[in-house]
Amino acid sequence: MMALLLRDLRLAVRAGGGFGLALAFFLALVTLVAFGTGPEGGLLARIAPGILWVGALLASLLSLDRIFALDWEDGALDLIATSPLPLEGVAAVKALAHWLTTGLPLSLAAPLLGVLLHLPGPAQGWLALSLLAGTPALSAIGTFGAALTVGVRRGGLLLSLLVLPLYVPSLVFGADCVRRAAEGMAPVTPFLLLAGITLGAAALLPFASAAALRAALR
Amino acid sequence: MSLWEYANPTKFMETSGKLLPWAASAAGLTLAAGLGWGFFLTPEDFRQGASVKVLYVHVPTAMMAINAWLMMLVASLVWLVRRHHVSALAAKAAGPVGATMTLCALVTGALWGAPVWGSWWEWDPRLTSFLVLFLFYLGYMALWAAIENPDTAADMTAILCLVGSVFAVLSRYAANFWSQGMHQGASLSLAPGERMDAAFRYPLYLCMAGFVLLFVALVLLRTRTEIRLRRLAAIEARERMA
Amino acid sequence: MMTAPALSVAALAVARGGIVVLHGLDFALSPGEALVLHGPNGIGKTSLLRTLAGLAPPAAGRIDAAPDSLAYAGHLDGMKGTLTVAENLRFWARAYGAAGIDGALAAMDLRPLADRPAGGLSAGQKRRLGLARLLVTGRPVWLLDEPTVSLDAASLALLAAVLGAHLRQGGSVLAASHADLGLAGARAFDLAPFRAGGAAAGRFGEAFA
Repeated sequence: MMALLLRDLRLAVRAGGGFGLALAFFLALVTLVAFGTGPEGGLLARIAPGILWVGALLASLLSLDRIFALDWEDGALDLIATSPLPLEGVAAVKALAHWLTTGLPLSLAAPLLGVLLHLPGPAQGWLALSLLAGTPALSAIGTFGAALTVGVRRGGLLLSLLVLPLYVPSLVFGADCVRRAAEGMAPVTPFLLLAGITLGAAALLPFASAAALRAALR
Repeated sequence: MSLWEYANPTKFMETSGKLLPWAASAAGLTLAAGLGWGFFLTPEDFRQGASVKVLYVHVPTAMMAINAWLMMLVASLVWLVRRHHVSALAAKAAGPVGATMTLCALVTGALWGAPVWGSWWEWDPRLTSFLVLFLFYLGYMALWAAIENPDTAADMTAILCLVGSVFAVLSRYAANFWSQGMHQGASLSLAPGERMDAAFRYPLYLCMAGFVLLFVALVLLRTRTEIRLRRLAAIEARERMA
Repeated sequence: MMTAPALSVAALAVARGGIVVLHGLDFALSPGEALVLHGPNGIGKTSLLRTLAGLAPPAAGRIDAAPDSLAYAGHLDGMKGTLTVAENLRFWARAYGAAGIDGALAAMDLRPLADRPAGGLSAGQKRRLGLARLLVTGRPVWLLDEPTVSLDAASLALLAAVLGAHLRQGGSVLAASHADLGLAGARAFDLAPFRAGGAAAGRFGEAFA
């Protein structure tokens, strides 16, 4: 399992900008939103929680189709499936590798972008915390979507259609957590709900992903 | 004789062939009666005027939008557990019907909302949940269409349906959390005092029965088509092999 | 003399895309034995190998093999171009719980290439890397799908030598191949008599009877 994680991380880094690409996209998106809405600070501050969460969600969507498609194309997925590695574990590790290369750097960089969007001070910490707690679910859900579409040629668009509705609960609770923090209300309730979704997704979705992979390889 | 015998395609084709004309005509009659009664023979609402009559399409289609997904969920489970092809094909057949029902509920809701709320669309939890449900239907149908191998497609869509159901419930809960909403509560409550007047209620029941029958007839018809398509594919495959 | 077969199948039927392509397969593979599957393109050699490897369920019949005894190698070698030869092999060695990769590198004459990215290898070198992966699995029964594709004469000889050594150590090989593998004792197995009429697999087939 550890070997697979190291391999995937190494691949992500060598593929060029494994860590940087999602971050650059996140930055570009936030910049474009500011251009789209106009520079008024009050408005930006008000919509910042939603923008930052939607931005993180779209950035993590970018590299989803590579999770299994590359291993599928070069035959590695066949070989992994016939190896002693359990597919449930493979799916979990793939999700973890995806999170380490997208969700984690996004969470750490988000407060910087929060400053750009005039997000109030106390909300900065909650922004990072909520992304840390919420983006693992995005990776787990995305891995599941990637497993569903693994044999589909040019499945990227389909993958987005399947995955985005599944992101709704995480987005609602995550953005609400930051909004409450920004407005001086207690952000703990949505934060706990967000963490609950992440725990549930991380615990159960690898099984669904493995079932989908088995069906795809058949 | 066990229920599972109907899972045999031949047996299903036989039974559904007999059932379909009855289901279709019952649906037609019930809908004509229910909608006719509702549109022409009920009083107008003292606040909403004639626009209340959207009710007779809006409520049954909204109900069927959810019931169709539940039916797909059950059929998907049957496919995953017992590998009955008819079950998978019935789930596939229900997808577009359910999506249409959801779209009808959304459109009639907009038509109703425009005069009553003064806007075509409100970001209300109920409305939003239906929009998310519609996206689930679209994803489900797109996944069926994208995968070539029919058994793989059946597996993938069934897994998606299971996971999607969990997330649909979560989304509904999240939407409640996210906005209080202005949609009225349940239209058909058992609590006294909240019930709508009998003059509205009975034609509504009839319309609901009509839409259930319509759904049954459409799903039977589409499942029969899917089975015929599969037979055709099998015959073609056999000819290629020979 | 009777030795327990390393792999045996009985009344096996193999499906591809829900359609049965091969049926009534009965054969056994003893330790030290090589079996080469023959048959025209599309008869189901790959489907048979994938079924034996456990990727696809059999449409009917049974497959008997000791647990954790099979190693599968498909058309594609699954090697990552951006990883070095040694990194690729080390991953598979760890996945199979093997001790190290030195033996496999030496046997495949890959030591000088160990630190080169696998993407820069020639086709023959890549194939040697794929064979080295089989060595690190430590599994006795090799299922090989077209192992000779894109090999030059020297690599063919190396392949024959590796397979021969594997057989001498009590391993077995089941290969689908159009070309001669260069194995003296290999048994040929023609799949043509087992071609199925294309009936749909499973219960759905009953509807077409």
